[in-house]
Amino acid sequence: MSLKRYIATRGITMFGVLMITLLLTIALVGSNMDIILKQGIAYQVRAEITESPTIAQSFATVEEFDQFVREQIDQRMKTLGLDTPWYSPQRIGFTMYKILILDFGNATFLTSDSGSSNVGDILLEKIPRTVLLFTTATIIISIIGIFLGALAGSKVGSVVDRITSAFAVISSSFPVWWVGMLMIFMFAFTYHIFPARATPSILPTEPDYILALLYHMTLPLITIVLIGFGTWAYLVRNFMVGTLQEDFISAKKAIGISKKKIIYKHALKNAAPPIITILALSLSGSLGGAIITEAVFDWPGMGRLYFEAISVMDLPIIIGATYVLTVLFLISIFVADLLYGYFDPRVKTE
Amino acid sequence: MSNVSSSEIRREFAKSKVGLIGIGILASLIILSVIAAVTIPIDTFKQWNNPGNWISYPKSSAPIWVNYFMTQKIPEHLILDNPSTITKDDVISLTSHQFGVQYHYDDFPSDFIYEFSVEYSGSQLLQISVIRPDQSQILLLSRSLPHSDTKIVHHERIFSTDNSIKKNIQIYFSEIGFYNQNTSSEDMIFANKDGQVLKGDYLFLLNIFGVEENVEIIDSKLILGGKVFGMMGTDELRRDLAVGLLWGTPLALFIGISVAVGSVTAGLIYGVYAGFKGKKTDEAMMRFNDVIYALPALPFLIILAVTISNSIFLLVGFLMIFSWVGIAKVSRSMALQIKTRQYVEASQMMGQKNSKIIFKHIIPQLLPYAFASIAISVPAAITTEAGISFLGLGDPTFPTWGQILHDAYTYGAAARGMWWWIAPPGIMIAITGLAFVFIGNALDAIVNPKLKK
Repeated sequence: MSLKRYIATRGITMFGVLMITLLLTIALVGSNMDIILKQGIAYQVRAEITESPTIAQSFATVEEFDQFVREQIDQRMKTLGLDTPWYSPQRIGFTMYKILILDFGNATFLTSDSGSSNVGDILLEKIPRTVLLFTTATIIISIIGIFLGALAGSKVGSVVDRITSAFAVISSSFPVWWVGMLMIFMFAFTYHIFPARATPSILPTEPDYILALLYHMTLPLITIVLIGFGTWAYLVRNFMVGTLQEDFISAKKAIGISKKKIIYKHALKNAAPPIITILALSLSGSLGGAIITEAVFDWPGMGRLYFEAISVMDLPIIIGATYVLTVLFLISIFVADLLYGYFDPRVKTE
Repeated sequence: MSNVSSSEIRREFAKSKVGLIGIGILASLIILSVIAAVTIPIDTFKQWNNPGNWISYPKSSAPIWVNYFMTQKIPEHLILDNPSTITKDDVISLTSHQFGVQYHYDDFPSDFIYEFSVEYSGSQLLQISVIRPDQSQILLLSRSLPHSDTKIVHHERIFSTDNSIKKNIQIYFSEIGFYNQNTSSEDMIFANKDGQVLKGDYLFLLNIFGVEENVEIIDSKLILGGKVFGMMGTDELRRDLAVGLLWGTPLALFIGISVAVGSVTAGLIYGVYAGFKGKKTDEAMMRFNDVIYALPALPFLIILAVTISNSIFLLVGFLMIFSWVGIAKVSRSMALQIKTRQYVEASQMMGQKNSKIIFKHIIPQLLPYAFASIAISVPAAITTEAGISFLGLGDPTFPTWGQILHDAYTYGAAARGMWWWIAPPGIMIAITGLAFVFIGNALDAIVNPKLKK
């Protein structure tokens, strides 16, 4: 399979996945969405009538008045296409088309910090913060992990190796959000070093906002790194152990190349493809895990937005956020695939 | 992949220290589950979210054993429901319940409550008095129970804040000349002349006097309010955390093991079938696999829990949907290798049915790998469920560890320093996860000898 064809099939699969995800999300929340929209319309009509008393006075009987209200509601439902059920092909097609062109509509309850209730605006405000926290964390984790893993892998059975392996196994058993709760307990309430809530208390428009955000980011960052780097080091260590057993490394040793150079230049380079794949995957995986972590630390990113939207059933945001999360997830899988193909010459046969 | 017989695996496993530790932890968790099922009535966990059930428990109390680390002993919350009973039948009958307390704490109890149900007819008199370590006897309350000509059941709770108790104490202590207007009744009872705690044996006497003898105390409970309680303490809603933690064990094991077994079995069969069939079937099945693989699991689990149902059994099913994918990929590639072996080809030529070849010749070869995968995928299932419960989307009818943490988070346990509410559930999650990781790693090392190095 040529690289182009490889990319093409991957791309098509990804697009298919995106469509299926959208369809599933709409199918799951669709019926609720209809109920909420209909209630919204009825409420709107009633509000308009109470605002102008002349409408109510122009009717002789109560029945006539009710008839008028019902007609008004029906008419508006028709213009919005709500007279057909949510699962009718036109409506699903229309909803999906709107989401594809990134028109998510307006949120029902939640707003962005600047007060806009446009889902696109809200998402645009939250995404950079999630990316900031989790990308920074992933980069730190991978740097520590690669060096620690290389060190442990080059000295199998040593104290460093044992501690790394033990730490990896133990740390991976703790849920990040629980460690987060403990960290908040320790560093925010027992020793008042870091703030307990990661949302900065000053407005985003103020010049010190970035600094405040970074300060509030420290505790979640430390927690994520603490729980994450052990697993990384362990993975890198295992790849290194495998690579160091290969013949070409023995040959390099025999030539007399220094051990350090072998480890960091040749062996690590050889172990790069799987490591990079895992890097991309863990980045996307952490985005999913962001929902709970951000809820614990009250970090004002995508994850917390998602959680808030779920708790108040703000459906446009749920659909929009799921879509964006899926897109981010797919992009990272795609990039991982491409990088793997780039670094591992066995993948591209042409 | 290698071929290892089951006896070999057992022998190798017995040599693996980590694996044995894992088995040890798992065994103790299972024992804990059995203890939970036997000692705690099933009713208790159904009552977990019923505040009425926990009314006699203290609010936000630390575990009892913190006193070992304290120089100042914190008063324990005592629920005395096992009094010694004395009955006298004379012209005037007497039914007496006596509660003995060894009070050796460095602080006063926060309150005391006497709760009783009594069946009687006619006129009865209730008297509560206490004999203190210095042998002085204080009459706390003397009150007639409502008159009734027929037999009735009377239920009452008498609190230490009761006005007649306060008055009686005032009378008693004014006579000796120690009365302090601002001190509460319970502080007066448990104080010595200097206002310090008087340590020693107290005896609370609850006497019911009547002219006729038909008095029967059905239920009698003296609660001495304190700030430490039980092995694990209590939470804001007065629930005994030991009950929640204990019941969480079988639930976590159930969730983890059923998700792991279900998803590994499904993934194994799916992957092997795809690999064995090959060609178009394989291609189609693997594309479907890719689709599931690329779905973001957690957002979907959350949407499913919110829109469909948060039942724990359905959640197990949802978790399975997202966790069979990796296993399917690996078992497919393994099946591709085994397929080319001569005995498989031979049985194919002999015209054996596909299902028979798959289940008799290919899957048994993959079993060691399958067992390792089951053990390794248990912790993920447990933590994911805990995470969903933590967000408040779990099954409210079962007290899982994630839910205890959810409550701890909502009631701000961290801010209030209630470590006994936050730490134990997480430690239990981690220990359970570790047990399976240990077992899985030990099995993995046997199945894939390459990793041993």
